[in-house]
Amino acid sequence: MSCTPAVAAPTYPSREKRQADLVAALAEILPFGSILFRKEDTVPYECDGLTAYRCSPMVVVLPETEVQVAATLELCHRMGAPIIARGAGTGLSGGALPHQWGVILSLAKFNKILKIDTAGCVAIVQCGVRNAAISEAAAPYGLYYAPDPSSQIACTIGGNVAENAGGIHCLKYGLTLHNVLRVRGFMVDGEPVEFGSQALDAAGLDLISVIVGSEGMLAVISEVTVKLIPKPRLARCIMASFGDIESAGAAVASVIARGIIPAGLELMDRAMTAAVDAFVHADYDLDAAAILLCESDGTPEEVAEEIARMEAVLSEAGASRIEVSRDEAQRLKFWSGRKNAFPASGGISPDYMCMDSTIPRKRLAQMLRAIEQMQGKYGLRCVNVFHAGDGNLHPLILFDAQVPDEMRRCELFGADILETSVRLGGTISGEHGVGVEKLNSMCVQFSPAERAQFLAVKRAFDPLELLNPGKVIPTLHRCAEYGKMHVHRGMLPFPDLPRF
Amino acid sequence: MDQHDPALERLIDRIHHARSQRAPVDIRGGGTKAFYGEPPRGEPLDTSGLAGISSYDPSELVVTARAGTALADLETALEERGQCLPFEPPRFSSGGTVGGMVAAGLSGPARANLGAVRDHVLGVTLLNGRGEVLTFGGQVTKNVAGYDVSRLIAGSLGILGVICEVSLKVLPVSPATRTLCFDWDEDRALEQLHTWGSQPLPLSASAWHEGELHVRLAGAAAAVSAACTQLGGTELAAEAATSQWLSLRDHTQQFFALGEAQLAGGERLWRLSVPATAARVKLPGRQLIEWHGAQRWWRTTAAAREVRGAAAQVGGHATMIRGVDKSDGVFTPVSDVLMRIHRGLKQAFDPACIFNPGRLYAEL
Repeated sequence: MSCTPAVAAPTYPSREKRQADLVAALAEILPFGSILFRKEDTVPYECDGLTAYRCSPMVVVLPETEVQVAATLELCHRMGAPIIARGAGTGLSGGALPHQWGVILSLAKFNKILKIDTAGCVAIVQCGVRNAAISEAAAPYGLYYAPDPSSQIACTIGGNVAENAGGIHCLKYGLTLHNVLRVRGFMVDGEPVEFGSQALDAAGLDLISVIVGSEGMLAVISEVTVKLIPKPRLARCIMASFGDIESAGAAVASVIARGIIPAGLELMDRAMTAAVDAFVHADYDLDAAAILLCESDGTPEEVAEEIARMEAVLSEAGASRIEVSRDEAQRLKFWSGRKNAFPASGGISPDYMCMDSTIPRKRLAQMLRAIEQMQGKYGLRCVNVFHAGDGNLHPLILFDAQVPDEMRRCELFGADILETSVRLGGTISGEHGVGVEKLNSMCVQFSPAERAQFLAVKRAFDPLELLNPGKVIPTLHRCAEYGKMHVHRGMLPFPDLPRF
Repeated sequence: MDQHDPALERLIDRIHHARSQRAPVDIRGGGTKAFYGEPPRGEPLDTSGLAGISSYDPSELVVTARAGTALADLETALEERGQCLPFEPPRFSSGGTVGGMVAAGLSGPARANLGAVRDHVLGVTLLNGRGEVLTFGGQVTKNVAGYDVSRLIAGSLGILGVICEVSLKVLPVSPATRTLCFDWDEDRALEQLHTWGSQPLPLSASAWHEGELHVRLAGAAAAVSAACTQLGGTELAAEAATSQWLSLRDHTQQFFALGEAQLAGGERLWRLSVPATAARVKLPGRQLIEWHGAQRWWRTTAAAREVRGAAAQVGGHATMIRGVDKSDGVFTPVSDVLMRIHRGLKQAFDPACIFNPGRLYAEL
């Protein structure tokens, strides 16, 4: 797969000349060691966590100070160069995929925790601080940062803000948006800007709501103020087995309907549990068609009360086996399988594509049956792991990129899952973002007028469309093309042509 | 929502007309918050024709309601299924609507612990200034497809579009709720609240006024009861506590009652939104503190500049909630760069500038 589609075709004489001009101009404002442009140096930046899409960036810069970030932006703005901000590059939708005429602005060096305010329960951190590092720094004070995407040991808070990252615990504790108070950074022309405040709200429109989840298209983030919450005294987890997927799905709805908000509520199907159990030996029930992990946290009294209620609901819903974690070691063991779902899939297939969509909880079983049928239709296997509590699905489609046509069938399979999600009343992305991966699916979920409105929002921040251009919002033309392709799904004309 | 709904079609016609005439409209639900914000201008555009709960499935923790639905009706429907709007939207008088609640973006006592209106908005269908029906977000909690326009609409005071329908995240009512009382001065109360705030306690609201601190605990019965033992204080009877938190939410407490005479005498009610741990705000007049220190209400005759200065000094902002003279602006002005974005967004949604012009800031 190639680069992000250009919004407007540039008219430079040659790539080499343009690159030389940009490098020369950047060298005036950045230490030379902070500028990478030779192919061998820029290879690590060719993709993010969505490795199937690659593109060679023109230049990569690694500024060390906010002054350098502002100067880089001002320069790129003046020269009309697209800018793609990048954190740890763990994103799964190609949000940090380079632009062939663009500059990758790596914020990896902004990795300092500036302040932990224990009385105010906030942390002020630079954008390149890892998600898990915040909780590690807050741990001595009995506090932590709640959103926990599965890549939390590597992903950065800046990237979390850009994607509105979720995780296992957001059912109870909210998404990134709910846990961020303030974001400092720069507009596309290098002007400093601050969204939100250290108070619970800020004057004027609630701009931080659109900044969080804007995938680097509205502003560049340099510093984030996050909420910290007191670490619960105790957490216990129930592992419940179900003989069929329908009753597992129904059990999820029952838990919520009884007024229980678990700290985590996850579902794995049989194929997934088999893969992870072989990988980490989590003692999962391999005979079950699906297992649920249902966690309670809080004070010991609260947890005891909630676990009892959860057990009752789960057995009423037809659980064939229920096991409650005895201690922290066993709880972590239960979770070890879930947390290793992605690497475990890598162990059973040369490649896999992780999908991400959300549907109403009551549609879980219906969706699983649809996915089962799609396996036959596209001739590929799929294993399923869901943040079931909030209806967020992560089907992992297994394929082999070396086998002709498998990548293409995988993409069609993925698009089918997303469209089915929209049809069932859900959305094409729950927490991984749109990036380049789901541009086509945006045509399905949003009308031309809605997409035009998104674009108008972008232009209110970035009139020249230089920040991460071509991501998230598909062009009218692209959607028209996709609409045509749709009619003949599975029999695409010119299947080898890149389609953006 | 059904695009051919007659009530919706009437609104679209009105918008096309207003746009062609460049005639501003004043979007109104129940009209219960007309006092809030800069003075309304233009012909009223009534959204009450778009009423009713469109869908509600308690196991999904989501309710979708049309903008003109009475807030009281919505909350009654949720209560019947043991659920609630966790952000406790205020009802300043009867007749407030769901659309007005979202447009005003005001949240009640539980805000510091359970989030604001915008945190619970999952999706919105609105009419932009071109009369186009647009839906953003949806009916699921996790949704990152496109920019989060639906949450931007919360608190936008109608300047970006006419809200037609909203989907909100709801929560089960806590199994147990208890309120404790402490006779403490401001410094002691805030210090204690911040100590508690960094511990895993089921805090759900606090209010301090004239030497008395009220703390509400809500959650699992066992947790609330353990916390009551730990915190001490005197417990308020359940009925009295409920009515007290309601009167705080709805501004029917004595503190908020500004009569004609007081208003004429230049007294105004201000809302200062500040970091919870901000130093004591010093102004002439009387104060009531909520949200563990993050929301400080002031009744004062101090000049707007003085109030804003006091808020800014501790990293916050001040909004004039009630007052006769609004010539100094109701909302704290934003920085130049943010105002540029505000203007860009106004242009993006409402190019003819017909929706609630000047209601948030004069130039929008």
